[in-house]
Amino acid sequence: MTRHAASMPTLCIENLQVTYALAGGPVEAVRDVSLTVASRECLGIVGESGSGKTQVFMAAMGLLAKNAQASGSVRFDGREILGLAPKALNRIRGSELTMIFQDPMSSLTPHLRIGVQLAEVLVTHRGFSWRDAMRAARFILERVRVPEPQRRLRQYPHELSGGMRQRVMIGMSLLCEPKLLIADEPTSALDVTVQAQIMEVLRAVRLEAAMGMVLISHDLGVVAALADRILVMYAGRVVEASPAGDLLQRPQHPYTALLLQCVPNLRTARLERMPCLPGQALGAGVRERGCAFAPRCPRATEQCRSEQPPLRSLQQSAQVACHHPLSR
Amino acid sequence: MTRYFLMRLGGAIPTLFVIVTLAFFLIRAAPGGPFDREQSLPPQIMANLQNAYGLDQPVWVQYGRYVRALGHGDFGPSFKYKDFTVTELIGQGLPVTLELGTFALCLALALGIPVGIFAALRHNSPADYATMSVAVVGIAIPSFVALPCLALFFGIHLRWLPVAGWEPGSIRHLVLPVVALALPPLAYIARLTRAGMLEVLHSRFIRTAVAKGLPLRTVIARHALRPALVPVVGYLAPAVASIMTGSLVVESIAGLPGVGRYLVQGALNRDYTLVMGMVIIYSTVLIVMGLVADLLYAWLDPRVRFVR
Amino acid sequence: MNVGLWRESGRRLRANTGAVIALCIVVILVAMALVGPWLSPNNLEALDWSHVAAWPGMAHAHWFGTDRLGRDLFVRTLDGARVSLAVGLVASAVSLSVGVSYGAVAGYLGGRTDQLMMRIIEILSGLPLIFFVIFLTVILGRSETLLFVSIGAVGWLTMARIVRGRTLSIRQQEFIEAAVASGASTARIIIKHVVPNVLGPVIVYATLTVPQIILFESFLSFLGLGIQEPHASLGTLIAQGAGEMEAAPWILLVPGGFLALLLLSLNILGDGLRDALDVKEGG
Repeated sequence: MTRHAASMPTLCIENLQVTYALAGGPVEAVRDVSLTVASRECLGIVGESGSGKTQVFMAAMGLLAKNAQASGSVRFDGREILGLAPKALNRIRGSELTMIFQDPMSSLTPHLRIGVQLAEVLVTHRGFSWRDAMRAARFILERVRVPEPQRRLRQYPHELSGGMRQRVMIGMSLLCEPKLLIADEPTSALDVTVQAQIMEVLRAVRLEAAMGMVLISHDLGVVAALADRILVMYAGRVVEASPAGDLLQRPQHPYTALLLQCVPNLRTARLERMPCLPGQALGAGVRERGCAFAPRCPRATEQCRSEQPPLRSLQQSAQVACHHPLSR
Repeated sequence: MTRYFLMRLGGAIPTLFVIVTLAFFLIRAAPGGPFDREQSLPPQIMANLQNAYGLDQPVWVQYGRYVRALGHGDFGPSFKYKDFTVTELIGQGLPVTLELGTFALCLALALGIPVGIFAALRHNSPADYATMSVAVVGIAIPSFVALPCLALFFGIHLRWLPVAGWEPGSIRHLVLPVVALALPPLAYIARLTRAGMLEVLHSRFIRTAVAKGLPLRTVIARHALRPALVPVVGYLAPAVASIMTGSLVVESIAGLPGVGRYLVQGALNRDYTLVMGMVIIYSTVLIVMGLVADLLYAWLDPRVRFVR
Repeated sequence: MNVGLWRESGRRLRANTGAVIALCIVVILVAMALVGPWLSPNNLEALDWSHVAAWPGMAHAHWFGTDRLGRDLFVRTLDGARVSLAVGLVASAVSLSVGVSYGAVAGYLGGRTDQLMMRIIEILSGLPLIFFVIFLTVILGRSETLLFVSIGAVGWLTMARIVRGRTLSIRQQEFIEAAVASGASTARIIIKHVVPNVLGPVIVYATLTVPQIILFESFLSFLGLGIQEPHASLGTLIAQGAGEMEAAPWILLVPGGFLALLLLSLNILGDGLRDALDVKEGG
């Protein structure tokens, strides 16, 4: 890898805005979000539902609903992909840029055999014959540690357990050796015991492959275990971005600090059920003057309520959007 | 899979049985029939019926003979045509009707499904509204209005196609009747496909397929089409019923020598055995279509095969 | 359903342009059928020998032309429409009552009775009812009563299914339990509580059943198995017109167009009502 390639981020998002045109008026799901994912980096994205964390990457993958408008810039490997025509986008997604979703049961096509759903990726993107693609599919199932892979290839999704389906999804996203894998809540729909297994698979995959990963979750434990850097989102904006260790030990944004305080055990934390976080999360689309977190922030001042805090770099590679970050 | 099929078959047989039994007892109740005291039938027909059914035997013997005869495809002698059995009459007309009906069904499916997909992909566009409006018209207008109008326009005004009549092996004579028969089911299938497709396109697995970078035609053909067609499969048996009903009219207007015309004639002439035979045949066809539909369901959605 | 829901549905219906137009057309057609014949100077039975198979026109006061026997088509069509509508409404009423009662009883009683009744419906819906009607007509002779009853038998299946579905869900609700606890009889409960709540879907499917029945009746009459002379319904007229197609197309087009327009509008109206009242099959 040349130095140039090593220093160019795999994914670079700038000033991304996603607005939905709904019956009651336009709703902003993502407001002015900028982030980068370096090659081979694992970026964790944490936020409550409605924070916009999923929408950012749906926009990147071109999967937004018809009534959604995205503006800004999304550059993958140096190429602008926001607004790219589906035909061109199809060359990238599924092969170099892949995504796995939350609920593996409904995310797999019920009437197609597992083998077909895996093999078609290689047939489409790499021109494999079906026979070769099936063989490759079997290898990938072995790689994600699905037992009896040959038998599984001929089965239908409903014949597999939740954990196995998610492994299949992960395998499906690895077939073309992508540069970036986006995992949207990969463990949320699974049992606690199975979650640990899937996290293991992701960790192993991370080590073996030369690829970047984006791990989106509302579960801090998931993110903390795997991420190199963590990004915290609130009400459609990035409020803090830091290397994982720094963020977990020295959070800068009051919201992050509160999250950490409320979480006794990072492994099993669930952001939704946080008794010590007062108030409701701000839903998408509510236009506010000032910082969106102000109503719930114990350190809020007049300035916070009237002025939107910009995302500023504090020290190297740490950013925070707050008028009164914790280190001051 | 075989078990599923056998289960469905097991459900269908009682229905057929009910029809056959009903038909048998209704014949006996018919005024002007062989059981009527007045004996108003010509003697040779009486003789035929006596041969076939043993009219002086006890009821259950007659029933037995009747069912056994049916098992051999023997529907008994015609009430009106002394030299013909119903089986012979049906044999003459059935190929024509089958040709007509099969073409109509194929046309309805071959055009209806693509139109439905087209409309679904252009949801809420003018093309979508236009197509669906035409579909409503197609559903509402009965075939006995549609065919004369089509014949009027294409046959008389434009002189492109013959208005009526039939020659063995002729395709031109079948065009207008097939189109008139196919229109209502076509329109309905288009609507069902569109609705099914719209629903499927919002599914999560379609999102996955798109995220995999598959081209649109693959997403539609391989991932979306089969679940979207489930409502269409449910409509198959009613579609065939609609085509069968329409064929009665269409054959009469267009002068096609099919069983539909015989049924109408038979009804007007009070040829009971003929009408009864036709009813049993039509019912059997419908039941078979129902079984075919059930098999298709299993193919479209593998989960069905495993249900107890 | 409470008053608020009705008003909301009414609003939705008014917003549906297609349904509103369809409603107006239906009203116009029905009005024409009822009142029209009096507007014309011609008589239903009169044979105008000087104007046999005449083109439609204002000059000779035969606005829709005449048929092969010199009968005025305007009056005949509208009269035929009246017959079709009458049969349609009466048969629909029969169909409705049977369907609603059957469904309400099945849904309310539940359990094995319900299963059995639904099984019967399943079997019946698989049969080509039309052929059976023809069969019955042939065997039992042509009486008007038989005609009404057998035509009415066409639409009750869907209605029964819908009503049963609704009844099943209503049955679980609390006010039914209260009524049972207070000792009201089954029949009373059904009439006082179940029926009003089922009204919405019933109206929708009634509107969709009427064109089905009119279609069926026209079909039978077209084949010569329905309404007999001297009465003529639209179906009979269309049959006559089909025979005259080459020489005098209006004899076919006038009653055919009327029937097509009527059926189309009723269907669109029914669809609109279904969307407005937000009714789905199965309750």
